[in-house]
Amino acid sequence: MPVLEGKELRIVGFLCNWCSYGGADTAGVGRFTQPTDLRVIKVPCSGRIDPLFIVKTLMSGADGVLVSGCHPNDCHYAEGNFYARRRLEMLKRFIPMLGIDPDRFDYTWVSASEGQRWQEVVTKFTEQIHKLGPAQKIEGPEAEETLKLMEASL
Amino acid sequence: MKIGVFVCHCGTNIEGTVDTAAVAEAAREFPGVVFATDTMYACSEPGQDGIIEAIKEHKLDGVVVASCTPRMHEPTFRKTLERAGLNRYLFEMANIREHVSWIGKDREANTNKSVDLVRMAAAKLINNKPLNAKFFDMNKKVMIVGGGVAGIQAALDCADGGLDVILVEKTSSIGGKMAKLDKTFPTVDCSSCVLGPRMVDVAQHPNITLHAYSEIEEVNGYVGNFEVKIKKKASYVNWDLCTGCGICMEKCPSKKADNPFDEYLGKAPAINIPFPQAIPKKAVIDPDFCIKIKRDKCGVCAKVCPSEAIDYTQQDEFITEEVGAVVAATGYDLFDWTVYGEYGGGQYPDVITSMQYERMLSASGPSEGHVKRPSDGKEPKNVVFIQCVGSRDKSVDRPYCSGFCCMYTAKQSILTKDHIPDSQSYVFYMDIRAPGKMYDEFTRRAMEEYGAKYIRGRVSMIYPKGDKLIVRGADTLMGDQVEVDADLVVLAVGVEAANGATDLAKKLRISYDNYGFFMEGHPKLKPVETNTAGVFLAGACQGPKDIPASVAQGSAAAAKVLAMFSKDQLESDPAISVVDIKRCIGCGKCISTCPFGAIKEVDFRGMVKAEVIETICQGCGICTSTCPQGAIQLQHFTDNQILAEVNAVCRF
Repeated sequence: MPVLEGKELRIVGFLCNWCSYGGADTAGVGRFTQPTDLRVIKVPCSGRIDPLFIVKTLMSGADGVLVSGCHPNDCHYAEGNFYARRRLEMLKRFIPMLGIDPDRFDYTWVSASEGQRWQEVVTKFTEQIHKLGPAQKIEGPEAEETLKLMEASL
Repeated sequence: MKIGVFVCHCGTNIEGTVDTAAVAEAAREFPGVVFATDTMYACSEPGQDGIIEAIKEHKLDGVVVASCTPRMHEPTFRKTLERAGLNRYLFEMANIREHVSWIGKDREANTNKSVDLVRMAAAKLINNKPLNAKFFDMNKKVMIVGGGVAGIQAALDCADGGLDVILVEKTSSIGGKMAKLDKTFPTVDCSSCVLGPRMVDVAQHPNITLHAYSEIEEVNGYVGNFEVKIKKKASYVNWDLCTGCGICMEKCPSKKADNPFDEYLGKAPAINIPFPQAIPKKAVIDPDFCIKIKRDKCGVCAKVCPSEAIDYTQQDEFITEEVGAVVAATGYDLFDWTVYGEYGGGQYPDVITSMQYERMLSASGPSEGHVKRPSDGKEPKNVVFIQCVGSRDKSVDRPYCSGFCCMYTAKQSILTKDHIPDSQSYVFYMDIRAPGKMYDEFTRRAMEEYGAKYIRGRVSMIYPKGDKLIVRGADTLMGDQVEVDADLVVLAVGVEAANGATDLAKKLRISYDNYGFFMEGHPKLKPVETNTAGVFLAGACQGPKDIPASVAQGSAAAAKVLAMFSKDQLESDPAISVVDIKRCIGCGKCISTCPFGAIKEVDFRGMVKAEVIETICQGCGICTSTCPQGAIQLQHFTDNQILAEVNAVCRF
């Protein structure tokens, strides 16, 4: 089943287990209504996120990628989100070189108690992606080749 | 891999907005899925039995449960798999409750999203490998941070259970807020008579090491093996020699030091023991007020001290303790009410806080138990209490109820009548919240037996008139304006997280909420655990709590620590990193990024390779996303597993 035609776009969220995944849970417990576009992939720490995951996700057809981790200084693993911040900031500058609108990617910090903040972040990001519309699909034999190469490098 | 999918209704929690049967039907088409069904309550006994039956009947070797958050029931279902003879890591959960059914009402979109989440979980599961836990030794010592009543209870319970306990307290005596109280509700018994003996027990217990006037500087390590650096602050008194005789306090010529124990009502000597029952009963010099330290004159205390304990050159000292568990019991602080301009913002001396009033009522307080107006020392006749000052007030960012102010206000109105029989108390309140045992009866006694006048409404302003304070407010039950001529106004100030609590949370790597209170593992089922293994909570550091609740939680935390230490060894989470030695080029990037020092260099047939120290690795995966070769992989969250999820969701 594809995402709902005309209603949703394909947004992938990478969330750290300790803060943001908990924050998304808190938003659920608080019944804070959110758009349904986002699909969450749980990782132990935002520092686990290889920037190539995001590139791969965007090149595979996602319309947006949102990364969220613990607030700086609050990382469950002491400094994982500092690594994440440096990598993701670099990535944000690098994405346009791949022909991808940098607004299709964002990263943020949400703690386990910030259900309301998570609702705001998701709603805002989803609106932003809807404003951009569906991403241009990378198609053809060359794209396949690029994706394969990328997967091999991971 | 043969995968079984179970889509949970969770009553109407999920079924209400997700067509679970349709999700199960869609799941049957996913790669590897041989069985899919929807089930009423997957976590219940029949639900779990159904999973076990299906595993046996369909010879499943992997299971996806689509239900609530894995933070809730992942351990439950992992155990279910083990009971069916499967490895617990051949399990994945799709969170279709918190992340789907509870955040949207569109049944079509929710069903569609649930199908996607199950597809992702199944795709990941295909790449899962069986993992087995290892066991490691632990240091069966516990550290308790904070020596208030909760910390004292936790320390005594742990020590009575046979554990070595390190109790760290930042002020120079244990006792916390309870030691400052005159009486406690609803029994109106003397606070220090209840607490004092327990404090002595701490001092005398052979298993307890007390570090007073100390703070946690740094926490390293992990459950079972923490290494805590403690700063013992310079007291300028050699505590090994000090006998607590108090001669230094009497003779000290500088009597202008702050007196936090008496809530700054009176002044203290520059060398001071905060109160007569202090444990340890040792003197501390306040360097900001000591003439010797500031101007190299005086030195009276050194001259009069019979045990030659004074040491003006003392420096902060750092010690390291190794413990297996930590209990945070750092308590609370009181709201700074001076932001309320309508209550005078701290300008009127006869508007005081509840804790100041408590010190005033106390026989060992600054006025030796006599209630006196701070402005002129006269005995007040009309005393006005205002509740919810810094509680249930969004405008000052304190929307929560502080829990015990209703009760202590009732107590203080009763004590006022006891101290001054011809006095009249007025209590401005929003609601009376008295849910404890004998609590409601107690507030009624304050009204009926002691004649305290309860006025439901907020105070709009206080202003001085002559030597009186006019308290103007609304009586919302009468629908009228009221004005009271008050001699003294006592503000029932709310509770907030202890100053410095968030710093400690960061050191302990535990979460805290928007207001700085530490977060429990689960609001209902894990009230004293945190999400960091080996760190527990006791008392008001987790949220406002009265004495019985703090004591109960102190004991609960001790029970958790004792249960953890009752095992011979701890089980480690096998979801840790492993090095593929063939791919590793020995660049050392993983070693330099690992926050735990869990990776070391080894020599492998003359080549440098990385190796993970299994018991130290915490499974964050920073190394995995750092390695340029993809040679180090975090098990259960490998590149392949995460990319399988990406592929599943981006398939179209």
